[in-house]
Amino acid sequence: MEDILFLFEQYPIFEGFWTNIKLAFWSSISAFTLGVILALFRISPVRSLSWLSAAFINLVRNIPLTVLVVMAVLVFWGQLQISLHSDFNTNFFLLATIALSMYHAPFFAEAIRSGVNTVPLGQAEAARAIGLGFFSAARLIIIPQALRGAITPIGNTLIALIKNTTVAAAGSVLEASGVMRTMIEFNPNLMVAIFLIIAIGFSLIVIPVGLITTWLSEKLAVTR
Amino acid sequence: MKTPWMKIAALGAAGALALSACSPSASEDAGAEAEGGGGGGGDTITVGIKYDQPGLGFREGNNPPTGFDVDVAKAVLAEMGYEEDQIEWVESPTPQRENMLENGQVDMIFATYSITEERDERVDFAGPYFMAGQDILVRSDEEDITQPEDLNGRNLCSVAGSTPAQNVRDMYADEVELVEQDGYSECLTFLQSGQVDAVTTDDIILAGLAATEEYAGQFKVVGNPFSEEPYGVGLPEGDTENCEAVNEAIQTLQENGTIDELLATNTEGVDYEANAELNDNIELVSCGE
Repeated sequence: MEDILFLFEQYPIFEGFWTNIKLAFWSSISAFTLGVILALFRISPVRSLSWLSAAFINLVRNIPLTVLVVMAVLVFWGQLQISLHSDFNTNFFLLATIALSMYHAPFFAEAIRSGVNTVPLGQAEAARAIGLGFFSAARLIIIPQALRGAITPIGNTLIALIKNTTVAAAGSVLEASGVMRTMIEFNPNLMVAIFLIIAIGFSLIVIPVGLITTWLSEKLAVTR
Repeated sequence: MKTPWMKIAALGAAGALALSACSPSASEDAGAEAEGGGGGGGDTITVGIKYDQPGLGFREGNNPPTGFDVDVAKAVLAEMGYEEDQIEWVESPTPQRENMLENGQVDMIFATYSITEERDERVDFAGPYFMAGQDILVRSDEEDITQPEDLNGRNLCSVAGSTPAQNVRDMYADEVELVEQDGYSECLTFLQSGQVDAVTTDDIILAGLAATEEYAGQFKVVGNPFSEEPYGVGLPEGDTENCEAVNEAIQTLQENGTIDELLATNTEGVDYEANAELNDNIELVSCGE
């Protein structure tokens, strides 16, 4: 117990986790937005848009996240010398957020597309019958129902995203797993306490997300 | 092959075979070394080194490892009566060093292992065989950075979670822009492309990096160390016998100048000198405390 207090006093553990939460917050918003757009393109009747979205999804989804994050820092910042902000911490935070958003957008898109498949074809036909075009039909009829049907896979993607924020450590963002490495470097004598703190910390963040998703998926389920 | 399950099982078995066939030949290597080690005491000794630090501990594939730590290890073990072919090299990355000693995966570690109180709680140390200090690596044409205070307002690179990175945070947190990477090789690409002005860590590590063929002549070590890092030999807790033997060997090697010689050969071509003040009178730790 004393060891755990000592670690909390000595190292910025809360700041570390707060960085993970901030990363997760911004990247989930942008990844979800991008995911909705990708899903819309994917189901749109315009072949080129559908093809473009499928190409993006299949390309990005199959690149490991670590590669994306390292590429953002080593190639974009290091070699091409593209800086998003003059302050290093902000710059790397932005780069990591972009990499995380890019990586998770396809997963959100596929989750939403699986939701679209739960919407009966009759709904789309009825929407067309009352004179709605593709985008109005998608916005008013299809996507709202699809989202309600896709809450569980969206929640899973969100949980994966939260845990994946630790990869940002490879992109020079000081977050919880980076703090963990620092703690191991200086206090290998407290290794067990260090791992427990980080593991429990992530559980505390992720478990509520899981509970909320389950509750929402039951509450919002479309009864047909 | 009647059911799909049998097909899947067969596929799995074939996959396992294929994977085991192309796994690294570590066991083969170990076997060969054990056979060759007929002389001396007959037993092999397992030594943990870095595989990724040029000039200190570096190994590509199954080539013999090179570097200052490796050479010191060989010299120390020679003093202790081991032949070179009785030494089995194992990679011991920084975060795993204590675990490897505790689990008995290695008998001793020569891997830029600074002696600290916290580490001493879990393992024993012999030595130190070298006194390093945190220093700064800059581009050869850099004139403005000659001491740590000159880093104010500059961009700096170090390895995430390492002691040098933490030192910089503690000392210059507000004035320095710090980028942290997984390894020093990434830092060097930033230094080369101009995104950072300096790379910081122990002076000998910097010298080793600057001495690689790839970067020959491009970088220089500032030569103004601002910390003391006593590099020790990591041993399992309670191994007093080996500790005393290692200390004795280090004493001899220091007195007959071998360590200085090994240092010179491993940092050849770089404008670098070890901190003479600290290195001239190294006080060895006492074993079995």
